[in-house]
Amino acid sequence: MTADQDMYASSTETTEGRVFTVSGQDWDQIAEGLAEDDSDRIVVNMGPQHPSTHGVLRLILELEGETVTEARCGIGYLHTGIEKNMEFRSWVQGVTFCTRMDYLSPFFNEATYSLGVERLLDIEDQVPEKADVMRVLLMELNRISSHLVAIATGGMEIGALTVMTVGFRERELVLDLFELITGLRMNHAFIRPGGVAQDLPPGALDEIRAFVALMRKRLPEYAALCNANPIFKARLENVGTLDLEGCVALGLTGPVLRSTGYPWDLRKSEPYCGYETYDFDVQTWDTADSYGRFRIRLNEMWESLKIVEQAADRLAGLEGAPVMIEDKKIGWPSQLAIGSDGMGNSLDHIRHIMGESMEALIHHFKLVTEGFRVPAGQAYVPVESPRGELGAHVVSDGGTRPFRAHFRDPSFTNLQATSVMSEGGMISDVIVAIASIDPVMGGVDR
Amino acid sequence: MSGDEPGKAPDQRAVDESPENAPATLDPEVRAVGARHGMFGTKGSGDTSGYGGLVQPVVYPGLARRPLDGWHEEVASALDAALAAAGVSDAVEGIVVHRGEITFHVRRDGLPAVARALRDDPSLRFEVLSGVSGVHYPDDKDRELHAVYHLLSMTWNRRIRVEVAVPDADPHLPSVVATYPTADWHERETYDMFGLVFDGHPALTRILMPDDWPGRPQRKDYPLGGIPVEYKGGTVPPPDQRRSYN
Repeated sequence: MTADQDMYASSTETTEGRVFTVSGQDWDQIAEGLAEDDSDRIVVNMGPQHPSTHGVLRLILELEGETVTEARCGIGYLHTGIEKNMEFRSWVQGVTFCTRMDYLSPFFNEATYSLGVERLLDIEDQVPEKADVMRVLLMELNRISSHLVAIATGGMEIGALTVMTVGFRERELVLDLFELITGLRMNHAFIRPGGVAQDLPPGALDEIRAFVALMRKRLPEYAALCNANPIFKARLENVGTLDLEGCVALGLTGPVLRSTGYPWDLRKSEPYCGYETYDFDVQTWDTADSYGRFRIRLNEMWESLKIVEQAADRLAGLEGAPVMIEDKKIGWPSQLAIGSDGMGNSLDHIRHIMGESMEALIHHFKLVTEGFRVPAGQAYVPVESPRGELGAHVVSDGGTRPFRAHFRDPSFTNLQATSVMSEGGMISDVIVAIASIDPVMGGVDR
Repeated sequence: MSGDEPGKAPDQRAVDESPENAPATLDPEVRAVGARHGMFGTKGSGDTSGYGGLVQPVVYPGLARRPLDGWHEEVASALDAALAAAGVSDAVEGIVVHRGEITFHVRRDGLPAVARALRDDPSLRFEVLSGVSGVHYPDDKDRELHAVYHLLSMTWNRRIRVEVAVPDADPHLPSVVATYPTADWHERETYDMFGLVFDGHPALTRILMPDDWPGRPQRKDYPLGGIPVEYKGGTVPPPDQRRSYN
């Protein structure tokens, strides 16, 4: 090896052919090396640390020139054993783990798990109304923040950096609301079996209304920037197409399915948390391509704003109503309060259990150390996450910990369409097709 | 009381033999799988609570009696008819209805026929396979490994569950990828995590764990792992070795 050669970007001979390790500024070496080969066939290993693969996703692309003849996904780089870990914690603690799976839509992870546990406990009718409204409010705000990231990173991956900066600008406003309501920007563990962890803090409704008003001004900016933008349309239109039959066979749901014109939305078809009482429309498009999925996400944000407004109006009339189930054997007793040094234990609650009520202390102790028991059986209550059908298969053996919790994550299922969406197209369109699926690798690998 | 007299054993019978403490007979509607011992998860140390001797059966919802309620019966009879037409009328072992959700327990050799009937029969039309999930029941003798399929009918807006149980010693079952292409990655994940072998799958390889990973992580006999953590002079054991309620 001579001094001007990069020791990390060398080529090696293997039984499969010559392998190049690309590390940048070494195109001359690769071009020279390939010139010796008479075949046009190249296998490119893209990722798992590539900035345009939408996360730690590895793509194995077989190319003829610039055309993709075969595309395969390598996943698992973000597998953290969340489902296994949940088997060693109590039912309530499970929320803390599953919220971290699909990190762009934490409330949906918590909601589908909590709904499954509630069905097994047979307490679906006892969840207070205010908890349901707060769940809907948080999920719809979360849908907006998730779609903003989908549009923002999708734009960034095709080089539209302004779309990225405006998308993250608005997303930050949603995360500020989450911080105000739950105390955390992400990984909230806020929706729990039996209700939600906290009541709405004072002033939250005003902040939410201000956000909705601001978003109504800002969302048209996205439409003005992208909808008719010739470059944007040229990159997205007729790219990553998948028709209804393909979607159903491959189990695709969410914006990808709705971009075929089929209005399938679990909020309408199998309403949960009282979605049937809100006024909103299911958004569809008829092009079955990446552009249609972009427009659906944009339109769904408008619908989510409508739901958020309705939820805020209901919450205004529910001041002081309970947010956790009445049953003292299930409802998490501990309360947090904002003190001078941030969020911490509620002194009122400590005074109550330590000084006023022996029963409250016992319930607190039993629930925090042992947790509650869930009758044996299994449940599956899917929700419509920003990416499609998200469901938790919750299995109990009657104990204080989940016997098995398996998440049917829409990113995992939808990513299977990578091959069919990108084979036969250009390599640059692979990026667009994957961005239109909007997979979140935390959810894919769990 | 005679037991107070010195030198004479009390004539009271041992606690667990007295009729009040005999275990209740099981409801025929439930299915017992294994038993739960004790209450506080401690093993090997002296039991001062008295709860260590507690033995409770673990009972799952039992088989439902036909006819079922509402659309469950429509689906069940349509499936019966479709399977009889396909010549595999014994494919369904039993039906469990619990919390409004219906589960068809299917013999593994009948699974491809059941999947095809569920997808293609006009009165069933379960077009979408939502996912495949594995569950390991170590106490369910000769039925240790379960593959659970969640199916959705968009035509009828119905959801059902199909469950196949296979013994740990012979963890083979047919793949449904031919009927539901979406099962590809789901079956690979179940194979990866439980070692269930889906015969006929186009490329059954590990998907989430590295290719050379030893063991099947989601099985109950696979440890969670972790190391003890020292904190302020005390040692906190890893989560799977902590004292816990069972």
